[in-house]
Amino acid sequence: MADVSDNTALSGSPSVPMKPVQVKLVLLGEAAVGKSSLVLRFVNNEFQENKEPTIGAAFLTQKTRVEDKIIKFEIWDTAGQERFHSLAPMYYRNAQAAIVVYDVTRAASLDKAKSWVKELQRQANPNIVIALAGNKVDLVSDEDDDLHPDELDGDEEANEDGDDMPITRQVPAEEARAYADESGLLFFETSAKLGHGVQEVFNEIARKIPIDQMLMPSRSGRAGMPGSNRIDLNNDGQGIGGRGGSCAC
Amino acid sequence: MDEQYDVIVLGTGLTECVLSGLLSVEGKKVLHMDQNDYYGGASASLNLTQLFRKFRGEEKAPEALGRDRDWNVDLIPKFMMANGELVKILTHTNVTRYLEFKQISGSFVYRDGKVSKVPSTEKEALTSPLVGLFEKRRLKKFLEFIRNYKPEAPVESPDLDLPNVPMSQVYKYFGLEEGTQDFVGHALALYLNDDYLEQPAIQTHKRIMLYTTSMARYGKSPYIYPLYGLGELPQGFARLSAIHGGTYMLDKKIDEVVYDESGKFVGVRSGDETVHAKVVIGDPSYFTNKVKKVGRVIRAICLLRHPIPNTDDVDSVQIVIPQNQVKRKHDIYVACVSASHNVCASDYFLAIVSTIAETDNPQEEIRPGLELLGEIEEQFVYVSDMQTPVEDGTKDNVFISKTYDATSHFASVCDDVKDIYKRVTGEDLVLKQRPTQEEEQEAMANA
Repeated sequence: MADVSDNTALSGSPSVPMKPVQVKLVLLGEAAVGKSSLVLRFVNNEFQENKEPTIGAAFLTQKTRVEDKIIKFEIWDTAGQERFHSLAPMYYRNAQAAIVVYDVTRAASLDKAKSWVKELQRQANPNIVIALAGNKVDLVSDEDDDLHPDELDGDEEANEDGDDMPITRQVPAEEARAYADESGLLFFETSAKLGHGVQEVFNEIARKIPIDQMLMPSRSGRAGMPGSNRIDLNNDGQGIGGRGGSCAC
Repeated sequence: MDEQYDVIVLGTGLTECVLSGLLSVEGKKVLHMDQNDYYGGASASLNLTQLFRKFRGEEKAPEALGRDRDWNVDLIPKFMMANGELVKILTHTNVTRYLEFKQISGSFVYRDGKVSKVPSTEKEALTSPLVGLFEKRRLKKFLEFIRNYKPEAPVESPDLDLPNVPMSQVYKYFGLEEGTQDFVGHALALYLNDDYLEQPAIQTHKRIMLYTTSMARYGKSPYIYPLYGLGELPQGFARLSAIHGGTYMLDKKIDEVVYDESGKFVGVRSGDETVHAKVVIGDPSYFTNKVKKVGRVIRAICLLRHPIPNTDDVDSVQIVIPQNQVKRKHDIYVACVSASHNVCASDYFLAIVSTIAETDNPQEEIRPGLELLGEIEEQFVYVSDMQTPVEDGTKDNVFISKTYDATSHFASVCDDVKDIYKRVTGEDLVLKQRPTQEEEQEAMANA
């Protein structure tokens, strides 16, 4: 298993090697709102049209810098288990951050997002930082005047329930923002396709994560638990002492 | 839902989830369903609401027990051998990345009314209060022999030709007393009864080696345990399956398993929908007409407010009560974990006392185990049938797992996984090391 405690990727001052702070971030939201696309934009800065439902990746990692600290996001995708309401509780266990995604062109997807937020507040780590992201703003031309209309109808999956109906915004930004404020969530509108707002979501989450608390000596990469007796199965020799946040795998 | 799959899996117990994960990784199209609204089937870990719903019906959990999310109560008591097969499956599939493990802090055995640490090395044998002075030397010699035994090397006596002599002969050679035999056979080799005495000694050797090498790996006991309970294991393998395209449906009523005229499996019906597949894998609860009862296990899940007395106040422990010590035919096990394993609210301990039922009053049978626990705050007792499939599935393409047995660790579960895998695919299960997350991500970036 790769040791990911290297400091080369985003090295700060060479004299003070920085150990990235590992943060588990989970994605939630209805199928086909663009959860994986947001992550692909963030991690690889790319976008795939008509992306197949998520398959293959356990989670992606990406480092991001906040002031003098490096945060390494361990980003968990739902792997499709949300489709039939079968997401395992393990999924949001110990998550320090969550992005709950909806599609601005489908009002129902915001309702679903709200129920995920409730679920997180009930089940997840009480200190979890939650961001609400209204994705696919590239599909609604009315407010993005600077976009050329030709670019606006590329996303076919959003068209699925409306044949030739023009795609319109069903969730006003103000409405979603009001809900986010009331529920203590960060709020962004995003376009994974154009890259709009994506970096900002992750940066803002990185800023809100209580890093200093997490760097306390007792911390083991997982919030609120004693660190003794922890073992790493991939480490054949001295397993005792725990993974201490040094291994993502 | 009206689609064609390669494999339909019914029930999300550990056996089913491991198979689902392995088959999905190999590219099979898997549909995995469960009638329950939670993962894990008979090997689940339940939160308070689920626990009380299962055992107490309408009765709600007392407020004093705290928040639902703090509780993950195992239904079956098993620990993982640090050097066992399940660990290999976990590391080779990289499912370890979803889980965290902790040691179980102590391994104890009951003898003459007292519990003592299990000596597993020669050194420990010499200091153990379990064995008398002269017996210590004999036990030390025995353990030395076990540790150094090489199947290919010549042995000093025909009594030590392990593949060809019964274990009783080996005990006799070393002159081990019955009490010592009890703890070697039951606390080290973890046999549930004394049938092994007349079976080839090589099996006992293998089991003692598993115990001692597991012990050597982390130091406090041979056992490890996943934080948040055993139910994390099936969830981890279910995720492995899902990220390789497996489709998951919980809380799905299974109305009918559909067969063709020749009795071969065709599909599964839920309401008006029928899904088709070539084969079905499932736990016995989905195939009540194709399994037989081979025994009963009684398990008492006990909530305590204190560590188990006389175990050095450890946060987790296993205690074996060898059958002979309490005049039974099967051992009684006590397995205890606590808040430090994220399975219950702080200051609580969860102990499960279990054994194979031998009488019509199994509750009475586990009493020697319950008596070791001190005051019990809440107790949930259940007796379940041990079931095994009647046929091997080659005729009807129905592959049924066994119920979880009374053994203390997962060896028999892994055997069942391998056995079903072979029957389903026609090939032996060969575990290949999967790419790490870093390698995966790199491959994706370069695609």
